[in-house]
Amino acid sequence: MKSSISRRDFLKGTLAAAGLAIGASLTPFGTRLLSGAEMKAGFKPTVWYEITPDNMVTVWIPSSEMGQGAWTTLSMIVADELEADWKQIRIEQALAGEAFKNPLLHDQLTVASASVRGYYEPLSKAGAAGRMVLVKAAATRWKVPEGECRAQKGFVTHKKSGRKLSYGKLCEKAAAFPVPQEPVLKKESEFTYIGKTMRRLDIPEKVAGTAVFGQDFAVPGMLYASIARPPAYGAKPVSFDEKAAAAVEGVRNVAPLPMGVAVCADSLYAAWKGRDALKVQWDKGSLPDLDDDFMEKHFIEELDKPGSPVKTAPGAKEALAGAAKKVEAVYFVPPVAHVTMEPMNCTVHVQQDRCDVWAPTQGPLVARMVASKVADMPADKVYVHTTLLGCGLGRRAAPDFIVEGVILSKIAGKPVKLVWSREEDIRHDVFRAPTCHRIKAALDAEGRLTAWSHKVVTPSLMKDIYPAAVVNGVDFMSLWGLADFPNAPDNNNITYEIPNFDLEFLIDDLPIPVAPWRSVQNGPNGFITESFIDEVAHAAGKDPLDFRLDLLKNNMRARRVVEVVAEKAGWGKAAPHGHARGIAQHSCFGSYVAQVAEISVNEKDGRIKVHKVVAAVDCGLAVNPDPLRAQIEGGVIMGLSTVLRERVRFAEGGVKSANFNDYKIVRMSEAPEIEVHVVKSKEKLGGMGEPPVPPAAPAVANAFFNATGVRIRRLPLDPATVMEAIGKKA
Amino acid sequence: MVSLNVNGKKHRVDVPKDVPLLWVLRDHLKLTGTKFACGIGECGSCTVHIDGKAERSCVISVGDVEGKKITTIEGLPKDHPVKRAWIEEQVPQCGFCQPGQIMQVSALISEAKHPDPEKIIAAMDDVLCRCGSYPRIKRGIKRAVEIVRKEGKRS
Repeated sequence: MKSSISRRDFLKGTLAAAGLAIGASLTPFGTRLLSGAEMKAGFKPTVWYEITPDNMVTVWIPSSEMGQGAWTTLSMIVADELEADWKQIRIEQALAGEAFKNPLLHDQLTVASASVRGYYEPLSKAGAAGRMVLVKAAATRWKVPEGECRAQKGFVTHKKSGRKLSYGKLCEKAAAFPVPQEPVLKKESEFTYIGKTMRRLDIPEKVAGTAVFGQDFAVPGMLYASIARPPAYGAKPVSFDEKAAAAVEGVRNVAPLPMGVAVCADSLYAAWKGRDALKVQWDKGSLPDLDDDFMEKHFIEELDKPGSPVKTAPGAKEALAGAAKKVEAVYFVPPVAHVTMEPMNCTVHVQQDRCDVWAPTQGPLVARMVASKVADMPADKVYVHTTLLGCGLGRRAAPDFIVEGVILSKIAGKPVKLVWSREEDIRHDVFRAPTCHRIKAALDAEGRLTAWSHKVVTPSLMKDIYPAAVVNGVDFMSLWGLADFPNAPDNNNITYEIPNFDLEFLIDDLPIPVAPWRSVQNGPNGFITESFIDEVAHAAGKDPLDFRLDLLKNNMRARRVVEVVAEKAGWGKAAPHGHARGIAQHSCFGSYVAQVAEISVNEKDGRIKVHKVVAAVDCGLAVNPDPLRAQIEGGVIMGLSTVLRERVRFAEGGVKSANFNDYKIVRMSEAPEIEVHVVKSKEKLGGMGEPPVPPAAPAVANAFFNATGVRIRRLPLDPATVMEAIGKKA
Repeated sequence: MVSLNVNGKKHRVDVPKDVPLLWVLRDHLKLTGTKFACGIGECGSCTVHIDGKAERSCVISVGDVEGKKITTIEGLPKDHPVKRAWIEEQVPQCGFCQPGQIMQVSALISEAKHPDPEKIIAAMDDVLCRCGSYPRIKRGIKRAVEIVRKEGKRS
């Protein structure tokens, strides 16, 4: 949504707490800046920041802090436009509130790599408006023209007379002035903080061990809860030993719930002991045959069923029929788990007239909505306090654990802290959706791509949570990386200009719960398209770099990062002895990323060693460069984890993987050297939490092909898969 | 009743002896810097020092550490070379695994006669990070060893 301020109706007043507060309200017309008085009058605590007589500037952070640096980067935007001194800045995590919605998402969600690019405009306008009224307040007091006063580092100065007043001294007077609705924003050359690395505000407490994650939150008198959950999808309890559980010392409640059998106790280990004592017997569930082989076979078979057309290209059939060369391949990407380092948890206290939820959540408003429903209480009586998150990765936008916490606090009549075990966290995850594709491409006699026909079978991400988003059998979110929602502001489309591109989609209905996973389906879809384009390039007898650049002629941002990464990685020059390189690019969430991976393959044990990854990105302005780099490093490593290690295993109708001993993620020794190039860009702001993930897996798979001549079309390329693939070749 | 020596303080806690140390630290002593992430000693987020050695507190019973010197992330001095290095290099992302990383690294540094960053890095495979902060953990280790070489060790 573009912020166009159409109303100029300022209201006057001061904030009771004394000081200047500036907020913004999202209206159908865009963002409207509000003075402290307005906010008090009509809105929940909606301020973006407040300046108080103690000369501090408190910034309310609407986004969840999960390591991406939201506290710091969002504060920088305010501080820069406000001309505050960085030492004046302190932050408060905002409660769930309508006014904190991200303009890009129309919700207070920390997803879709949208914090900086979504809040940039309202926060910079709020900062600039504050600066302007502070100058006005000083000028009025000194009886000098505003143009002679200057705001800088927390002071307004009048150079001619040598006078100077701090923001703390001016804030009460400033609060009496109307808030300018069209504040003058600074030029990039005038930025004090933006574009320069500011150290993360959350790091000192994380290093000290005093940072409060959801898991660390406690209220006096609370009980701890655990839930025995079904081992197979759809399984119901046949029997359980309530008495044995109740007999465990410290156990207070045993309660059958829709999602399992719950135990509340005085301590977590008592709750877990109680849960084990239940010895729940389960029936076989809705699909007892479900296992790894069943799943893969099922997806491959589904490819032959008719789907819904997403994009049609009447010329595709003809081009394929008349192709000088045809390339056809089937890819399958099994589910992967989020495994946030901090397992799911929340603390909830339902009382007569209010409900408090303390949770590491990416969706405080979603949490408030479900808590309101379950607690049977109006939303304005529900307070969602977002703690620090031990990883988000998309998992914590789902409110399943919040629902459970509210139910349990209602049952116990006390505050309850629910902590999932790692086994529950993996087995009851909502996974990155498995996806299976068949792609056919046509090449003419000159090796030019003339058609690309693409079929996808995958579960729908939106079907259950927002059914209206599924139109004519198509869920575009499941297709991100190939096709985005019509008129979407992002670039989650296939990046290449492909003649005769057609796309067909079939929603899969296996009972496996799915949800967004860092980069959503850009991850698996990017792996598939970037592997396949490599196949086509090789079939055309062309260099994979040149082949890509040719199809990116009119996509300058994508083209540029590909050119930069190729140059920096020495593409075209010989790799070190025994090493091979692979290239991949993908764009999503407004940003463009290309990577070159350099690997070697141990053909004796099937291990792939990734020696180095070079990444080039264009995300527009890099607001806080060092945390941005950290996101790129982390995104590359998570992408590598999906190509080298990760796969959820299924057996007997449910999830077999349980903990880090059988669900492997990459470790220190598998993390390569990562070289990051952030290109200078005046283009639109893009996100950086997710876009670094998708190119890593195909860059490795393409390097594997260059090393061995073998194409692997199923993730992960773990030692067993590699040995099997190499064996097949021999 | 169990007697524990944690961060230089004596505590008496009324729990069965088979309770994992992790839960006593977190829920009884309110030392929540030590994290729960796997419960089976596979990930390292719960790492503490027991008589100076890095151990996984989720798989050690409190009964087994009575009379031993236990140090948690909160007990490691604020100016400890590893803590300083972690801030200098801006290592953490979400930060949840970092107390475990820091406790593992600090034990390896203090155990080695002549700490070698490469050897320490090679011994870090059992402490997992999901954010992918590994490149910065490596930098943090190198920086911490540099500080130790300049200023000497701190416990």
